[in-house]
Amino acid sequence: MNDRPTIIGGLVIALVALTFPIWYSVGAGRPGPPPELELPADESQCVEDAASMRANHMDLLDRWRDAVVREGRRTYRSTNLGEVEMSLTKTCLGCHRNRETFCLRCHEYANVGGEGPAGGVRCWACHLEPEGN
Amino acid sequence: MDRSRRRFLKRTSYAALGFGGLPLLAAAGRALESVSEESVSEEPAAQGRQWALVIDLRKCRKPEVRRACIEACHREHNVPHIPDPTEEVKWIWEERYQNAFPDQAHAHTGEALRDRPVLVLCNHCTHPPCVKVCPTQATWKREEDGIVMMDMHRCIGCRYCIAACPYGARSFNWRDPRPYIPGGPGGEFPTRTMGVVEKCNFCAERLRHGREPACVAAARQVPGGEGALVFGDLGDPRSAVSRLLAQEHTICRKWSLGTGPNVFYVV
Repeated sequence: MNDRPTIIGGLVIALVALTFPIWYSVGAGRPGPPPELELPADESQCVEDAASMRANHMDLLDRWRDAVVREGRRTYRSTNLGEVEMSLTKTCLGCHRNRETFCLRCHEYANVGGEGPAGGVRCWACHLEPEGN
Repeated sequence: MDRSRRRFLKRTSYAALGFGGLPLLAAAGRALESVSEESVSEEPAAQGRQWALVIDLRKCRKPEVRRACIEACHREHNVPHIPDPTEEVKWIWEERYQNAFPDQAHAHTGEALRDRPVLVLCNHCTHPPCVKVCPTQATWKREEDGIVMMDMHRCIGCRYCIAACPYGARSFNWRDPRPYIPGGPGGEFPTRTMGVVEKCNFCAERLRHGREPACVAAARQVPGGEGALVFGDLGDPRSAVSRLLAQEHTICRKWSLGTGPNVFYVV
């Protein structure tokens, strides 16, 4: 039974190493402050409620894309603004004029890719921003 | 003991046979169903709208007419001008008669006709081979108007469609096209990105607003170019293209391949 301290010590070290990610995030304290997003000055409501947009905007954009490109439908019945055209350039960017201070700022904070070939926001590789932005 | 084991094995094998056979039966049922569906849907498809273009080569002899068509299209769709011919991108361009119509030019075709520049573009075929080979359905034939469309979101750049198209109507973006767009990207039509295939879309974005394609409108603006390009619905016997096709002697590119081109030429 001479090995008991070694075994128990090893087990404790292994346990600490395995649970390190948990301790690390506890020790890191509070997350950084949420990003300050520039909201449109002339419009107070988005097509859907802010909470729903925050959680589901990617699905909404996918549905809009498929509806317009594949099915030829262009009108979306929104909860807040009645019927709107399903258009990234005209409808989304018509209000959110600056992608740097809105889309990209949040995507970078959430670590879901900035602009780039690997995931993230690649809309502007093809879509043009409306004139004057 | 012995008997019950025998019975057990027997029943198990019957059950296995039954479970194994069911999917086979279901598949056979589905195959029968799809056969009957296909034969039924043949008729209405033939009655649908099919956009078509008739190009009158006699009215396209002036280089200004051809240039106006090409420039209008490429400006409208932010098509880049890349000088290197191995990387060029084109939606509508010029081809010599003997190359555009290899099965029309013969040993004694006059030299003038043989070398005459012809405007060529995607033929929006009735049986498009590019659509058949696309692994992601990024290109498909629109049922409502017969346009062979591209969905850049889905294109993975495999270039099967380029290999399949017998008209060379498709271009691949070997590099970011934006720096090569004359005058810089502009307008509402998106640019493309590196790694996708593009081609003429019969100006689907203009047709949606009831406007004719950019090349057709541009030809009309040039003196002498009126009626050089005529656009319309093949499904409508009273449309301008249907009437022209009934009156004039028209040809189309590589008819014998069976792709069913919908761009026609008056020589």
